[in-house]
Amino acid sequence: MEYFTQQLINGVTLGSIYGLIAIGYTMVYGIIGMINFAHGEIYMIGAFVSMITFLVLTLVGGIWLPLALLAALIMAMLFTSIWGWTVERMAYRPLRGSFRLAPLISAIGMSIFLQNLVQVLQGARVKPLQPLISGGFEIMEKDGFTVTISYLQIFIIVLTIVLMTIFTLLINKTSLGRAQRATEQDRTMAALIGVNVDRTISTTFVMGAALAAVAGLMVTLYYGVIDFYIGFLAGMKAFTAAVLGGIGSIPGAMLGGLLIGLIEAFWSGYFTIEYKDVAAFSILVLVLIFRPTGLLGKPEIEKV
Amino acid sequence: MSVQNQKLDMLSLLKESGLAALIAAALALPLAGFKTFDVNGTLTAETRFNWVLVAAVVVFFGRMAISIGQKTFFPSMGQAAGGAAGSIGDVINQNRTLLLCLLLAAVIIFPFTPMANRHSLDLAVYVLIYVMLGWGLNIVVGLAGLLDLGYVAFYAVGAYSYALLATTYDLSFWICLPLAGIFAASFGIILGFPVLRLRGDYLAIVTLGFGEIIRVVLLNWYEFTGGPDGISSIPKPTFFGLAEFSRSGSDGLPPFHELFGIEYSSLHKFMFFYFLILALALVTNLFTLRIRKLPVGRAWEALREDETACRSLGINPTNTKLSAFAIGAMFAGFAGSFFATRQGFISPESFTFIESAIILAIVVLGGMGSQVGVVLASIVLVLGPEIFRELAEYRMLAFGGLMVLVMVWKPKGLMSKRNPTVLMHNDTNAKQGAAK
Repeated sequence: MEYFTQQLINGVTLGSIYGLIAIGYTMVYGIIGMINFAHGEIYMIGAFVSMITFLVLTLVGGIWLPLALLAALIMAMLFTSIWGWTVERMAYRPLRGSFRLAPLISAIGMSIFLQNLVQVLQGARVKPLQPLISGGFEIMEKDGFTVTISYLQIFIIVLTIVLMTIFTLLINKTSLGRAQRATEQDRTMAALIGVNVDRTISTTFVMGAALAAVAGLMVTLYYGVIDFYIGFLAGMKAFTAAVLGGIGSIPGAMLGGLLIGLIEAFWSGYFTIEYKDVAAFSILVLVLIFRPTGLLGKPEIEKV
Repeated sequence: MSVQNQKLDMLSLLKESGLAALIAAALALPLAGFKTFDVNGTLTAETRFNWVLVAAVVVFFGRMAISIGQKTFFPSMGQAAGGAAGSIGDVINQNRTLLLCLLLAAVIIFPFTPMANRHSLDLAVYVLIYVMLGWGLNIVVGLAGLLDLGYVAFYAVGAYSYALLATTYDLSFWICLPLAGIFAASFGIILGFPVLRLRGDYLAIVTLGFGEIIRVVLLNWYEFTGGPDGISSIPKPTFFGLAEFSRSGSDGLPPFHELFGIEYSSLHKFMFFYFLILALALVTNLFTLRIRKLPVGRAWEALREDETACRSLGINPTNTKLSAFAIGAMFAGFAGSFFATRQGFISPESFTFIESAIILAIVVLGGMGSQVGVVLASIVLVLGPEIFRELAEYRMLAFGGLMVLVMVWKPKGLMSKRNPTVLMHNDTNAKQGAAK
């Protein structure tokens, strides 16, 4: 039971990170129907920007921790959003209206490009960062096994809940969200009634990138080591989460992220840690076979 | 009036370029502006703002050059280039058979020319492996229109099945080659059966996931695959079971040069590899060309163009896709066992996602469905990085950038020919011409 609770806490933490990345996939898929393959790399850039922000802050002299976190959060979201915007502008916008696979291939190229760009600029070796937030609460103890929830895990879970609330309000209540939903339903019609479609799509990428940047910040704090290659696997898993929840559905992405995090935590807790990635992919395959629309997705109607 | 116009143009040009430079500076600031490095286990950063400045300046002038180029030269230049390309294309098309025969003759004569040495033959073999993989994937992506991002998994299955069969059971290459193809094809069927009902994008992701699963299993199943150590001392193929390529021969087989009564040369082995992969690749190509004319090939192309129409015509989409998937996998299996025997050593390192991406890039850049395009693209994508080996760091960077650029510039690939082999109203134009 104690072990179970510990894995549950770890899983929810991991799931929050995946959920934040998955939202970017699901929004982009919903609005232009493409898999933004480079989204994992955007998350990796977010992790690097937050790491560099922390390093610069320690260089200029110690700074109050909450303020440092806030600064890193803002910096990561700002700069990563610019990357997200640029990627859309350079690699995807010119291909709008091209044949179906063209943007996907361009996205794969972009993903390779970004990965290697960061490798060239920052080096291929892993970057270890000293832990910034340490300590935690002990929830229960039995037979020498203590269940702890660290302050960092609380920070990650709370921040995720806050961001997702803001985000849901943004989509449901503001005119920007309305424009996005309209573009998602029918791009031509949305353009006819005065929605700036290009700008709306750009905003979608920016929002997805900002959330991925937060996930990058969290991972930097949580694991303490990052390298240029972290985007690939995290991106794959987040995409799995988006598909599991039903691609195109934002609550679905959050749910899917949570589930993938839990599955991974329990799998590494109870089975072998080597095959945890295999577990995530097998789930993806199973979901696609038995429920292609995902848990919360709407069935797609094919018009002839 | 015109002066004013020009001034306005200049102003907007400056504004545009300035904005682009600003964005470039913002992009470069965190990633290029600071250099992070380890000092005794603790990470520190130092500033490198001159890089940001360089990025901004380069983008500023680059953007300006592109704008000026587009406004003044591009319209006319674009037309001229298009016209020229068109006429070259016509010439190529008219003498297609002749050109292809010449090319084939050149490829066959190549090992006997003075240009052939160990290095050049090795490079040629390397390119030909990718040509073969490209042609194999072309069946799946180009003909059947299924996006397979895990093609390297079948390549790995082929390589490992040859390596394991040959090292454990001492089977010869000529027995293992078809077996490797069969194994890879079975994997294709096992994977394809559940997932081929899915839409294109999902299929891409599932195949990608499958590629990763295979790699992770190869890496962790230590007792069977040797894990990260891989499998070494994989036997070389014999000359069809008649001779061997060493100076003295072994296993009761005479050495190759004695069998034919010629001078010993260490090149013979490499020449044999070259002709072997050339033959395998040509078989793949011939197979594709022929099957396009058979009902199943036609069904693939029809399925690529319109799945709903195919269903209503009574084509079973799942079985048709499955056949394409399995056949594509089979050729990857052949290529894999060749790879294993040439290298003599395999490990999961050789079968990463990046390999799949390269093979896919070859098919796509070549223009999906075009066999000649695949050859051109493999030469560009495989030989190019090989030549610039010293710039290894920037190799993949350029590769990714090139993929994006080609897609943006020519989304249909370099040899953009994706016509179905048969069209329903193919003779409409002829009839109209006759009516006039």
